[in-house]
Amino acid sequence: MTKQQRAATPEARVKLPAEESTLDATALTSLPSGRALLEPHRIVLMAVGAGIIFCAAWFLRWDWLPNYAGAIVSGVGVTLLMLASTSVLGFFLAVPLGLVQVTGPWWLSLPAQGFCTVIRGTPLLLQLWLLYYGLGSLFPQFPEIRQSVLWPYLREAWPYGVAALTLSFAAYEGEVMRGAFAGVPRGELEAARAYGMSRWKLFWRIWLPRAVHRALPTLNGETVLQLKATPLVATITVIDVYAVISKVRQVTFLTYEPLLLLALIYLILTALLVAAFRYFEKRIPTRSA
Amino acid sequence: MAADMINWSLLALEPPGWGGVLLAGLMNSIKIALGGYSLGLVLGTGGAFGKLYGGPVTRDLMEVYTTVVRAVPELVLILLLYYAGTDLLNRVSAALGYGSVDISGLAAGIFVIGVVQGAYSTEVLRGAILAVPAGQMEAARAFGMSPLMIMRRVTLPAMLPHALPGLSNLWLICTKDTALLAVVGFSELTLVTRQAAGTTKAYMLFFCAAGVLYLLLTLVSGLIIRVIEARARRGWAAR
Repeated sequence: MTKQQRAATPEARVKLPAEESTLDATALTSLPSGRALLEPHRIVLMAVGAGIIFCAAWFLRWDWLPNYAGAIVSGVGVTLLMLASTSVLGFFLAVPLGLVQVTGPWWLSLPAQGFCTVIRGTPLLLQLWLLYYGLGSLFPQFPEIRQSVLWPYLREAWPYGVAALTLSFAAYEGEVMRGAFAGVPRGELEAARAYGMSRWKLFWRIWLPRAVHRALPTLNGETVLQLKATPLVATITVIDVYAVISKVRQVTFLTYEPLLLLALIYLILTALLVAAFRYFEKRIPTRSA
Repeated sequence: MAADMINWSLLALEPPGWGGVLLAGLMNSIKIALGGYSLGLVLGTGGAFGKLYGGPVTRDLMEVYTTVVRAVPELVLILLLYYAGTDLLNRVSAALGYGSVDISGLAAGIFVIGVVQGAYSTEVLRGAILAVPAGQMEAARAFGMSPLMIMRRVTLPAMLPHALPGLSNLWLICTKDTALLAVVGFSELTLVTRQAAGTTKAYMLFFCAAGVLYLLLTLVSGLIIRVIEARARRGWAAR
């Protein structure tokens, strides 16, 4: 569903317009179409761009690249692993977070609301350092934790990175899910109740699928934002692609080359992500009344 | 037991405590956020008008700018603009015979945040301008107003209510993005918090204190934003 179509349906206009427009403004959610590339001025621009890329490849130093190619590939793997695991975990956490804010009792909805406000109101870098340095310095003081089976993992950095990224994704997507649950037309829920469905059946068959369906368009943007958040884990010594490039910069003292390569890698990853989402969005039937 | 573990005197404003340092860091963060956001608004206004009314080449260049900034992590952009930007500036000034210039961290931070915010606000403002009925701008053109006057008198005031929700979200993103400057060693709130925590080993206390400061900044901004939005929408029918 394109942006225009989404804006055209009145029910979509009610649903979190600010969040969605900001999502489109801060995360790349669509790719340029290939057909429009052959206009004359674009061909000239592309020639200039190709010239710049050629100059970059010819005049800058790239002799370090073969030594680090393996590390960069494994770094990209770590980045993608972080992205996939935290997005999936975060989404599963976001569903109950959104649900209890809409329908839960106050002792569930208030904490959920507070959680979303706190996570969305503080920088991710701070949360990451709070978990890694804060909890990391607290845990060893408790013998119960030191002797538990989880201790070998808690001594490493990645569980804290996964935790921080998951909580962040859950808070942002939980806010979307809250809007999505609240936006399912009341008549559909009443119809289900009139059929005599129990509360669970109503939830599993009507409410959840409709809400997830409504939240799908935001998933693309949220996932791109999540990809853009992953390099932060390099600050707590997780070796993702950003950390590999930082290492290259420290060893070779180069200013431009590693960072340009890093930007290129993230551009490609984002483009692949957007293309994948476009592929899946086409498979999901969208017919909104 | 928990009460004994927290040493509140570490947060005192006077030097044995670190409270004053944290507040100075917060002030630095706010300065950068304000400067970067303003620069971003200027860039964004130019970018949005360029994208909507510019020639084909301008449009494509703007598209490349917003695409790259929206696809590459802020952290990478900050490193790239910070190191490459200062290096380029030094080379240019050396070539012009001024020798190396010393760029203040504040200016560099504002520049970096501004460039990133510029791309985001380009997109927000572009959407808001598109939401203004075309007839209003045509009417202004029919009155013989120059493009600049149309922008000042019609387009900008008419699009503002449409842009405000997005722009206020961008402000919140901007205040949080300042934390990333900790990575390039600018002493804003997150970095001084880490220094304070590292020196005193009271990690939980300081990171939670900084979190409270950021949260206060967000909540106070939210209140101000609500006032501004109510004022910008004063002509609108109640929804």
